[in-house]
Amino acid sequence: MKRLSVVLAMVLILSLFTGCSSQQAAAPAQSTDGADTVKVGLNYELSGNVATYGQSLTEGIELAMEEINNNGGLLGKQVELVKADNKSDNAEAANVATKLITRDKVVTILGPATSGNTKGAIPVAMQHKVPLISASATADDVTVDSNGNVREFIFKTCFSDSFQGVIMANFAGQDLGAKKAAILIDTTSDYSKGLATSFKDKFENLGGTIVTQQAYQTKDKDFRAVLTNIKSVNPDVLYLPGYYEEVGLIAKQARELGLNAPILGGDGYDSPKLLELAGKEALNHVYFTNHYSSMDDSPEVVKFKEAFNKKYGKDPDAFNALGYDLAYFFADALVRAGEADPVKIKDALATTKNFKGITGTLTVDENHNPIKAITIIEMKDGVQTFLKKQEP
Amino acid sequence: MEQVLQQLVNGISLGSIYALIALGYTMVYGIINLINFAHGDIYMIGAYVGFAATTFFGLGFIPALIVSMIITAVLGVVVEKVAYKPIRKSTRIAALITAISVSLFLEYGMMYFVKAETRTFPEVLPSKNFRLGNVILNNKDVYIVIVTVVMMLILQYIIHKTKIGMAMRAASMDSEAAQLMGISVDNTISVTFALGSCLAGVAGVLVGVYYNSIDPLMGMMPGIKAFIAAVIGGIGVIPGAMFGGYLLGITETMVSAAGYSLYKDAVAFAILILMLLIKPKGLFGKNVREKV
Repeated sequence: MKRLSVVLAMVLILSLFTGCSSQQAAAPAQSTDGADTVKVGLNYELSGNVATYGQSLTEGIELAMEEINNNGGLLGKQVELVKADNKSDNAEAANVATKLITRDKVVTILGPATSGNTKGAIPVAMQHKVPLISASATADDVTVDSNGNVREFIFKTCFSDSFQGVIMANFAGQDLGAKKAAILIDTTSDYSKGLATSFKDKFENLGGTIVTQQAYQTKDKDFRAVLTNIKSVNPDVLYLPGYYEEVGLIAKQARELGLNAPILGGDGYDSPKLLELAGKEALNHVYFTNHYSSMDDSPEVVKFKEAFNKKYGKDPDAFNALGYDLAYFFADALVRAGEADPVKIKDALATTKNFKGITGTLTVDENHNPIKAITIIEMKDGVQTFLKKQEP
Repeated sequence: MEQVLQQLVNGISLGSIYALIALGYTMVYGIINLINFAHGDIYMIGAYVGFAATTFFGLGFIPALIVSMIITAVLGVVVEKVAYKPIRKSTRIAALITAISVSLFLEYGMMYFVKAETRTFPEVLPSKNFRLGNVILNNKDVYIVIVTVVMMLILQYIIHKTKIGMAMRAASMDSEAAQLMGISVDNTISVTFALGSCLAGVAGVLVGVYYNSIDPLMGMMPGIKAFIAAVIGGIGVIPGAMFGGYLLGITETMVSAAGYSLYKDAVAFAILILMLLIKPKGLFGKNVREKV
């Protein structure tokens, strides 16, 4: 009997709490219109296995928003960032999106960082008709569904995977004069397969041949057997789309086996870990497409670098720059919308033209993808150097 | 032809790692009939000890190897005393489940302390290439094979020429009779765990230096592969484990060389299944007397 009464008491206390929280949730909802802040949700990977991406993006966004607020905010209101951690998990990304929209009543969600997590959050944003903008989800099917229809409320500010592959194929065929290319892909990664397909199509279009296509799986450690196969056909270039963990090991083992062909890849190479894993001798004649280079000396980039360095005491990486641009991209649309209303913001986002950011000037196309320049980076003794900027 | 030779070199380096881990598996099985699934994780901890020794204490390759051997040996004994000894008289399934839980405990315990991210070893052995015709031999390939063969020889010496080795053989043949002859079976089992674990530690450091990448779950796959190697050679037979390790390494490499790199794990497991169906005692398992 005593136990029963304890249980009953707990149920009562619990119901009290739930009553409280629902009231709390309701309160800001009523005051949104008249509030003196604009609430923006950040749905990012602040912990988990791709945490560095989420943290870097958040740093960039916070820097930009601080500048915006110091300059008087947007539409006469201050911007308030509501940060939430999706733990690098697809399901959690959806939960966080729900929380941001229903509880915090944000007008727009920025993030998540990766394509997979972004896809997790998309259904929630679509259902509640709140814009969701990712600065780094490069998969082709983020803004467009499998039937080819544009997802009305979803935007991204980075180029698509297929574009990276095409640019690298052009670079290989024209700048490096390659005729024979080998491809080594991670069969467990959509990103890797997507890049490889578009590279292959374009390279063959340019008159080159793919002499061999080999595969590995995420978390593999020994690549000597496939690399020996690749070496035996003597390719002019090796296209190796993947993430830094495997790419670092592959580059090292390739050079140790005497496979000295240039290695080409995508934005997955951009991590300080790449140098640690591969060692600096291996990272010569390595080229990859990226969103931005800190070596770029255009005035906007220099100004951003100084501001970033002042706040965080380090040089910004590509994800910091993407985050920074994302915040201004949103601010630009909000001002044009004239009102902190999700649907109006969505309309303004869709009509963005010639928005000038650190990572290039971008125009949103009819598929909600940006048309913007891409940067090609060359690694020399493990150091990233800016090679060139390719306009679309 | 050159390409086949090159692939053979690749296979032998890979096989050495499997062989070192398989030796520990096989020893432990030989003496207490327990498949010690935590063995792969002791290998992982050996790699982390080597990482700490070289990165934070600036030790060279050989001293790091020795430190790692000592620590993993102690860890092996602790695992045996804490987890396996209390259930030695229980059913074999209970022992197997315990082994799996020890494995998970080590993996995720380690992940708590060192985080899930990949770590990289400092360059303790500068890379040098030798050319034999068109076959490229890295100095690390050579180190890995030499260390493995030396370890195997030392182990053979201990088992066949020393008193403790004799005790181990006696205990594995019939532990009760050994006890009656005045052999401390408990101590012998502890020594077996210490030896086996220290070989796993060696493998961990070698992998760290060779591949330059370690993480808390790195022991899972090699642990299972080493188990396959031990089964191929006849579990409980020491030269068999060595042979099984090399055979598996070379097979995997050749499967990749033939263009089926995605099936190399499948082939390894197919070998395990075939082996268990056709020749469960392994290739070298004939001489082992079945205990009745």
